[in-house]
Amino acid sequence: MRPELELISAWIRPGARVLDLGCGDGALLAYLREHRQVNGYGLEIDSANIVQCIQAGVNVIHADLEAGLEDFGDSSFDYVIMTQTLQAVRHTERLLDEMLRVGRQGIVTFPNFGFWRGRLQIALHGLMPVGKALPYQWYDTPNVHLFTIRDFEALCRRKRIDILQRMVLDHAHQPRLGPRLWPNLLGEIALYRLGRA
Amino acid sequence: MPHHFPPDSVGLVTPQTLRFEKPLALDCGRSLAEYELVYETYGTLNADHSNAVLICHALSSDHHAAGCHEGADPNKPGWWDNCIGPGKPFDTREFFVVCCNNLGGCKGSTGPTSINPENRKPYGPDFPIVTVKDWVRSQARLADRLGIRCWAAVIGGSLGGMQAMQWAITYPDRVRHALVIAAAPRLSAQNIAFNEVARQAIISDPDFHHGHYYEFGVVPRRGLMIARMLGHITYLSDEGMRAKFGRELREGTLNFNFDTEFQVESYLRHQGKAFVDRFDANTYLLMTKTLDYFDPAADFDQDLSAAFHRAQARFLVISFTSDWRFAPARSREIVRALVRAGREVSYSEISSEYGHDAFLMPIPLYHEALRGYLIPVAREANGRTPEPACAITPPAVEINAHAA
Repeated sequence: MRPELELISAWIRPGARVLDLGCGDGALLAYLREHRQVNGYGLEIDSANIVQCIQAGVNVIHADLEAGLEDFGDSSFDYVIMTQTLQAVRHTERLLDEMLRVGRQGIVTFPNFGFWRGRLQIALHGLMPVGKALPYQWYDTPNVHLFTIRDFEALCRRKRIDILQRMVLDHAHQPRLGPRLWPNLLGEIALYRLGRA
Repeated sequence: MPHHFPPDSVGLVTPQTLRFEKPLALDCGRSLAEYELVYETYGTLNADHSNAVLICHALSSDHHAAGCHEGADPNKPGWWDNCIGPGKPFDTREFFVVCCNNLGGCKGSTGPTSINPENRKPYGPDFPIVTVKDWVRSQARLADRLGIRCWAAVIGGSLGGMQAMQWAITYPDRVRHALVIAAAPRLSAQNIAFNEVARQAIISDPDFHHGHYYEFGVVPRRGLMIARMLGHITYLSDEGMRAKFGRELREGTLNFNFDTEFQVESYLRHQGKAFVDRFDANTYLLMTKTLDYFDPAADFDQDLSAAFHRAQARFLVISFTSDWRFAPARSREIVRALVRAGREVSYSEISSEYGHDAFLMPIPLYHEALRGYLIPVAREANGRTPEPACAITPPAVEINAHAA
């Protein structure tokens, strides 16, 4: 997860106001506070995670993302971040809209379902892919929407969401040449910085 | 025989009293020429007086928050003893904890049972109705006398949480952290309605004598008892009552009369009767009014976030799932206003079936949240620099529960 933190951090303007949707134990916010002097909040639904955020001195707010972000005003944050969460929410489209309403920019990361290993698992074995980025079995996965890089970009086009920056990481979570040339095949994790005119 | 207290108890405690002779102007327009506040402290004030924590009490509690008084039953410590002591969430090895009985109370601070210097009789109903703001101003004077310029934290549940909020608004530079537990930004019509029924129960008791019952040597027992029984229902939850009492009968059979048949009736009557022996009816009336009047947004054009704009404290807001007196939605109103005001805030909704009373219960996740929040507060107050990267980036953490 470390390379992902660093890459996201590099996109964040120092002193920015950020909202982290599904902030887990607050590691990203703590990292951004330390390295980018950001202020902001994390939203989280799991009580044990919330206690961990509180202990780490990270501002965390108990919230259910599925209920939307109605407590937050338009453009009230510089960045709204969603790491590895988009595939686990039911109302994906609405949350993307909410994200770009509340934040001037959105940062999204997700596991790429088009990664070659997954394709091989389906093609050769006829089994749903299980791997580093998608570690769950089909029956216990919290991921309710699996999608590829091409799927996501098609949705962005349809919704007129601007892709301001994209970074695709390979199996070792490095942004190497391979995934840059063939992102949807060689990329295991995708990172996007989004905006809306 | 001296009692041996457990190692995490503050042990024997003695209340102290301070007298204030400078008049205190009150929101109602009147002023108190002089008054006394009774309070207790636990722990030690550090050299630069930066480790003081104020505990604000709720409707019917008092300054005796922890430990035991000389000669009292050691199994019945102060009302928040499970939170206050060495190693407990409000750790007395780190903090100097202060709790006072609020003005208008009946446990030693000046209130309706005190003697009015003007006519040498108990104030009774003539005691002015005080507000949360009045309390906070009186507590600030107490802080001055104790040499506390700025509280490391002001903490309270229910009406106590309202005082913590008011502190952060009225004295922004005197509160570093505000812990607002099971509170609301103001009472709803339903909340006020319950208070009004309680008041009417007291006022309509023939022994009330327009509040001058002291002179008649009686107390409005029945009214106060009913008020407390009603209040108690609002402190519990439906599921909690079902788990505790169900429809259990005291004698195992229906008697077809109006005696106490169900266990829950017996419990409520017991609570009501016990309360009459320890609480004053005029104080109860006054405190319910203080609750009704609390509305910090009213001073800011009904804009709560404008009220919080001036606050500088960091906030921890906590609510409990089964609390219907001040439901989680009410705490979320507070959080929303704080976020809009750009204040630092964390909010946790604790799962519990104890209803409003949950804030007094040792619920593990709740106490962990309090403890977790206050550890860095203690570190900051006692001038210790945080350990490098204090749990900020533990090795091999996952960003998200769902994460790969």
